[in-house]
Formats: sequence, C-alpha cells, structure tokens
Amino acid sequence: MSGTANPALTPVKNPGNATRLSRRRKRTDLVIRSLSLVATGIGLVFLASILITLFVKGFGAMNLSVFTEVTKPPGSEGGLLNAIVGSLIQVVLATLIGTPIGMLVGTYLAEYARDSRFGDVVRFVSDILLSAPSILIGLFVYQLLVLPFGGFSGWAGVAALAIIIIPIVVRTTEDMLSLIPNTLREAVIGLGSPKWKMIVLVSWRSALSGIITGVLLGIARIAGETAPLLFTSLGNNAWSTNLSAPMPSLPITIYSYAGSPFQDWIELAWAGALIITLAVLLLNIGARSLLGRGK
Amino acid sequence: MSHSATSDTTTARPNIGAMQARSGAALNEAKLAIKDLDFYYGAHKALKGIGLDIPARQVTGMIGPSGCGKSTLLRVLNRMYSLYPGQRAEGQVLLDGENIIEPGVDLNGLRSKIGMVFQKPTPFPMTIYENIAFGVRLHEQLSKAQMDERVEWALARAALWSEAKDRLNTSAMGLSGGQQQRLCIARTIAVRPEVILFDEPTSALDPISTLKIEELIDELKRDFTIAIVTHNMQQAARCADQVAFFYLGELVEVAPAGQLFTAPRHPKTQEYITGRFG
Amino acid sequence: MSTGVRRAAAARRGNLGDALFAGACQAAGGFVLLLLGGIIVELFIGGLPAFRAFGLPFLWSTEWDPVSEVFGAGVSIYGTVVTAVLAILLAVPLAFGIAFTLTELAPPWLRRPVGTAVELLAAVPSIIYGMWGFFLIAPLMAQYVQPTLIDSLGEVPGIGALFQGPPFGTGILTAALILAIMILPFIAATMRDVFEQVPPVFKESAYGLGCTTWEVMRGVVLPYTRISVAGGVMLGLGRALGETMAVTFVIGNANRISTTLFGPGNTIASVVALEFGESETGSLKLSALLALGFILFVLSFIVLATSRFLLRSRLKG
Repeated sequence: MSGTANPALTPVKNPGNATRLSRRRKRTDLVIRSLSLVATGIGLVFLASILITLFVKGFGAMNLSVFTEVTKPPGSEGGLLNAIVGSLIQVVLATLIGTPIGMLVGTYLAEYARDSRFGDVVRFVSDILLSAPSILIGLFVYQLLVLPFGGFSGWAGVAALAIIIIPIVVRTTEDMLSLIPNTLREAVIGLGSPKWKMIVLVSWRSALSGIITGVLLGIARIAGETAPLLFTSLGNNAWSTNLSAPMPSLPITIYSYAGSPFQDWIELAWAGALIITLAVLLLNIGARSLLGRGK
Repeated sequence: MSHSATSDTTTARPNIGAMQARSGAALNEAKLAIKDLDFYYGAHKALKGIGLDIPARQVTGMIGPSGCGKSTLLRVLNRMYSLYPGQRAEGQVLLDGENIIEPGVDLNGLRSKIGMVFQKPTPFPMTIYENIAFGVRLHEQLSKAQMDERVEWALARAALWSEAKDRLNTSAMGLSGGQQQRLCIARTIAVRPEVILFDEPTSALDPISTLKIEELIDELKRDFTIAIVTHNMQQAARCADQVAFFYLGELVEVAPAGQLFTAPRHPKTQEYITGRFG
Repeated sequence: MSTGVRRAAAARRGNLGDALFAGACQAAGGFVLLLLGGIIVELFIGGLPAFRAFGLPFLWSTEWDPVSEVFGAGVSIYGTVVTAVLAILLAVPLAFGIAFTLTELAPPWLRRPVGTAVELLAAVPSIIYGMWGFFLIAPLMAQYVQPTLIDSLGEVPGIGALFQGPPFGTGILTAALILAIMILPFIAATMRDVFEQVPPVFKESAYGLGCTTWEVMRGVVLPYTRISVAGGVMLGLGRALGETMAVTFVIGNANRISTTLFGPGNTIASVVALEFGESETGSLKLSALLALGFILFVLSFIVLATSRFLLRSRLKG
C-alpha cells in the first residue's frame, strides 16, 4: 500500500478553474431542471387543452335531445341515444364476458404457474395482447365472426371488446394476487381447506379492490375504443338492441359525424366526445381512488 | 464503577491493551466543531443540543444503540439530510470556522470537502476506473494522464490497486463486497476531501474484509479527518482516537477512546459498553 | 366412523373441486394463447391472396390502385415507421423531463396529482385525440408552427427539405406530434417507476461526492436504469405503431411518400381503417388490407416483445 500522498497531486486545485467548473456544472443543472419542469408543464397543458376544447365545444352542443333522440339525418334535430345505449350494451356484455376469463387467467398465473414454462408463455402472450394494436383485434374478429356468420353484428363488437379487456384484467389480477403474502395462503391451507376455496374465499377477497380497479380501468379503455368496432358492430343509424344486427356505438358515431361536412353532426360529435371522455376520466379517477383507499 | 456487572459480558468488552496505547495521545484541534445542534425529522426532534469537536486528522467514533441519532449526526455533517424535505437542522456546524448548515452553503462544494462512505457498498453501474473518475470529474478537469495517476493513487490508498489494476475497465459490480467497499472509499478519497464520514462501513462485510477496512481507516487518518459511526464497540476501540456515545438523541459522553471504554464517567455509557442494553 | 366417511367425502369433493378449478384456470390461460395464435393465423390467411398475387415486393411497392387492383404496402409501412419514430423523438425528452420532475424535483405533495394528470393523458380515447388534433392542433400547425419551421429550418442544407412545402396543418409531422402526446404517459410512467426503484443509498453516494441533481440522474440513475428505460421507450414505440383513429384524422391520408414532413401520408392502421369500408367481401383489396394487418402485427410483436424482454430482465436481475 502506498502510504504517502502522491507528490504530483499535492498542489492545490487551481481555485479559479475549480470555481469556473463549479459554476458551469450548476448552470447545466439549473438548465436541465428548468427544462424538465417545462416538459411537465407542456404535458399538463396538453391535457388541459384537450379538456378545455371538449368542454367548450361539447357543452355548446349539449342539450336534452342528445340523450332523448336517436341519430337522424343532418338538419333534423337528432341525438345520440341509440349510440349511447349501443355502447352501454356492448361494453357491459364485453365486461361480463371478459372479466371472468381474465380473472381465471390472472389467478392461474399468480396461484398455479409462478414458475412454470407454460405460465411464462401465457404471461408473455397476455402482455403482448395488452399493448397490441386494437385495430388488429377488430380485423381478427371480422375474419372469425363477421365473415363466416353473415355480417356485422353487436355480438362481434362484444367479442372484440371482450378480447381487449381480458389482458387488462389478467395483469391487475395477477399483480394484486402476487401482493398477498404466502403466509396467508399457508394459514388457510393449514386449516385443511382445498386450494380452490383458499383462492376464492381468501385470495380473491383480499385482492378484490385491486381487481375491481383493473376492471374499471378496462371498462374505461374499451368504452372509448373505435377502431375494432369499425370491423365488427359497424354502427347503425337507427335504434337497435338486436345483437345479431349491426349495432350503433358512441365512438363510431363520433367518428363518422366528426368527419362529416354537416355542422350539426360535427356538433353532436363534440357532445359525444365530451360524454365519453368524462365517463372515461371519471372511471379512471374512481378506479385510482379505490386502489388508493385499499392500500 | 462496579466490576461485577462486567464479569459475564467480557465478550462485549473491547481490547483494553490496544486502547491504552492510544489514550495517551492528545486530541488535535477541531476540524469540525458542532455547537448546540438540534435536528428534526418533521416534528420529531432526533438530535438535542449536540456539542462535539471532531479533531483534525484523527478518528472520531460514534456509538450508541439503534435510533440514538449517531447516523443522523453524520448525515448532518455533509448536509445529506437536505435532500429530504421536512428534515432540518438548527445550531452550528463549523468546518474550519464556517457554519455549513446555513442556507446558501454550496452543497456540491461542501460534499467535495466532506466525503461519505455508506453502510452498503454502492458501486455505480460502470467500470472500476469510471467509478473513481466520475467523482473527480465533477470537481476538476484533468488530462488523461493526470486522471490515470489519480485513479491509481486513490486505488492504492484504498488498498485495492493490486487487486484491481488488471481489471480497471471491467464492471465494478464484479468485485466482492469487501472490494466494492474499498472501491467506494477510493472513489471518496479520489475527490481529495478533507473529512471522510463512514456510516457503519463494515456492517455488510465479512470479518476479513472488515479488518482490511479498519486498517485502511487507521492509515487514512494521517491525511484525512475521519468520523465513523459503528455498532461494533471493538471497532470503535480499535479505530477511534475519540469516542462519542449517543443515547436518545443526546450526546451522553465524549472522551478519548481509552478513557471512555475504561473509565466512563456516565452510568449510561457504562451500561452500554458493558452490554446491558443496545 | 360416520365422521370419517364424511371427511373422506369432503376431501374427495375438495380434490375434485381443486382439479376443476385448476383446470378452468389453465384452460383460460390456454384460451389467451389461442387468441394470439388466432390473430396471427386469421390475419395471415386473410392476407394470403394478396401475398400470393404480389409476392415479396408487396412489402416495398408504393402502388395502391384499387381500380386496377394493384396494391403495395410500401407507403403505409414507411408512414407507420416514420410517424412512430418521430413520435418517439418528440416524446422521449418530454417523458424524461416529466419523470425527472416527478421523482427528483417536484415537492412530494405535488407528485401524485401531477403524476395522475399525466397518466390521464393515456386514458383519453384515441378518437378524442383525433378530433382535438384535427380541429385544434392542425389549424395551429398550419398557422403558426409550420410557417415558423419553414422560415427557420426550410433553408438549412440537409434537413431543410424536411421542412418545406405548403403548410396544410395535417400531415406526417402533425400525426407524429399527436402520437407523441398519446405515448408520452406510457414512457413517462415507466421511467418514473424505474427511477424510483434506484436504491436511495446509490443516489446519496453520488450526492456525497458532490453531484448536482442532474449529475446524479445522468451519472447514476440513468446508467442504473438504462435497460428498463429502453424498455419503456420500446413500449411507447409499440403503441405508436398501431394507433389508428387519431392518426386517421390528422395524417392527410394520401398514398405517397413525401420528402417533407408537412406532406400527407398514411400508416398501415389508417389505411385499413379508411379503406375497409370500401372493400368488398372476397376482394383482393380486402385481402391486401388484411395482409397489411399481418405486417403491422409482426412489427408490433417484435417491438412489444423486445420491450417486455427489456422490462422483465430488470425484474429478474
């Protein structure tokens, strides 16, 4: 071990240089911190701009007939009732179908397949589906259900939305179940309970608020989905609750109205956009506060 | 002082012979002078009216049970607490006469003068060479040759040169725990601080690595002022010239090492060093 | 004895219940695999006639002529990749700034609300971005941003060509901008999460050497998290590739490769969404759209799988 200080090092740092270096470092730090705050500001401005635009244009177009009248030809006081009801039907059914499947898959990953090869593959595939372009899911359902069964239908829309919600529920279910300490599981099994009862009565119950959060976030996601519905439930300008026929939905109506040349249709599109965004954001905030309280 | 109390706890007692050799040496003038220092975590007062001189180019050991405030005090000395809103210090900590806990102190400059080594080794995810050069570059602009020289010097002073010289450009993550800790010491001294703070530097290491670090500390005090927080009383006895005993946020007693371990003035100190609590 | 019998019966029921439940869970897992497999197979089968008719040149041919039934994916692949990459270039610095703010700069009481607000950007439906982009951003681009860019960068040698042409407002650049805003929350949230996972003692070590906040970020936090950060960026890229509705509104929808970023173009997703309504069942055009879908699937799959690999390797190592 070299005990003495290296003589080459003994001269004191050049004080002038050191000050200049230190000043430059602090300036860099300040510049980047400021830019970061500006970036955050820009992000918030985007959100604010979207919301303000929606409120200004949407409230201007909002009136009672939006909720009481069905879509009508331009120039004749139409509303969005059929689109809203169509969206509700499809979203609710898709949630009812997708949630149990997603929960079972999440349960499989967390309770049965933590270290299994098959489980890894399922987890991987589910994560891919979670971020896969939703338009492709629409094309898939078109090929699978629309072409062979004689046309666009509400059921096809339901199927597409269900496929989109499944991986969302899988992810939250697995994450929430993974948070449950193993000692709790062992305590229940130690009482002589079969594993399925342990899962249903203890694991699911402990993870309930988290799973509900996931489902709410999933509903928020599919409620605004447009692209997959283009190929499945197509849309319908009349009142229709027949799931075997093309079915109207809010996003599709917004899409076709916003791109139309008619001023009253464009206004209805803004009204619809406000409705759907408020619903989605409220679902999101509700879901988050639910999770926040559960913690 | 009752001897009966110590009879069954001899294992906890430090090596008195080694300490007595040290206790004769006088303490140097203060490098850091702490005066009336209070420290708060939010509303909780964690340090109460601390007054302590840390002598230049000697080792000050800080001991006491968990939560007594010794690590908190160390984190005041380089203003690490300033990273966390809600933590604040009141009073004075004079480094060569200048109060470092005032607002407006240049923290980066302060930390280049007062380095710190942590409980767990913290090698950065880069090569051994870069780990050392990283800190130096913050404060000095050196040529490649000067930097090479500095890296070698720092590694040598940290007793790591012979082990690391052939692998300077490999990841520091590949070193053993003890080597990583010496790398962290090298990284700290490469900046050429005046004071080095050690926060339980050996608590994550095996006995042999611990011994090496302790030898190193003994070596380093020729050039650096050192403060070390430790849970291990033998370590304090082996390394420190002066030992401070903390309890419940107060400085109970400070004395030259030999004196504190052999003839503590305060009954609490006596209880602690004889292993009655802690 | 009767107790014993009852217990044995209960145990059998328990075993049966266990087997059924485990089977149902595993079957559901298998179903997810079938879904992905089904998407691949159906898109491929649907696209097969187009692949047969045009062969490999389908991938780079820039023709799209429904009248004479000649189709190529070149323009839309180009548009997809260019808008997505541009979106990443715009979004990553912003996302980093947001993550840096949320982990190191903002006071703690502000972090949660600001973080939530940024995440809400991800919740806004794609179609809303489309309308906002078309009715608000595109006019702003035409009136202010594009003329400014033309004046300032249009004459610069080399990159000048990218910033020329009439300022329509819509086009590749506007699409990339909207995409950037849409993927911003995904990248920012990933960065924030991984920055938060850096043990505080590493950051303190760097501060202890005298680092500024930025130097700690650049010197320690970023090297420590670079793999996950790359994973987050890839996730954003994957999302950008397949975005449909927002892009359809603002890209201008023209089957041509423009040298200028202000020019119109299209992406795979926008072509499929727009042209699908005008394709007849069983037509070669429909098959070409499905073939495009297959190509988009392959692209997204590669990007998303890479992203996941990068993000997971952190969790395990």
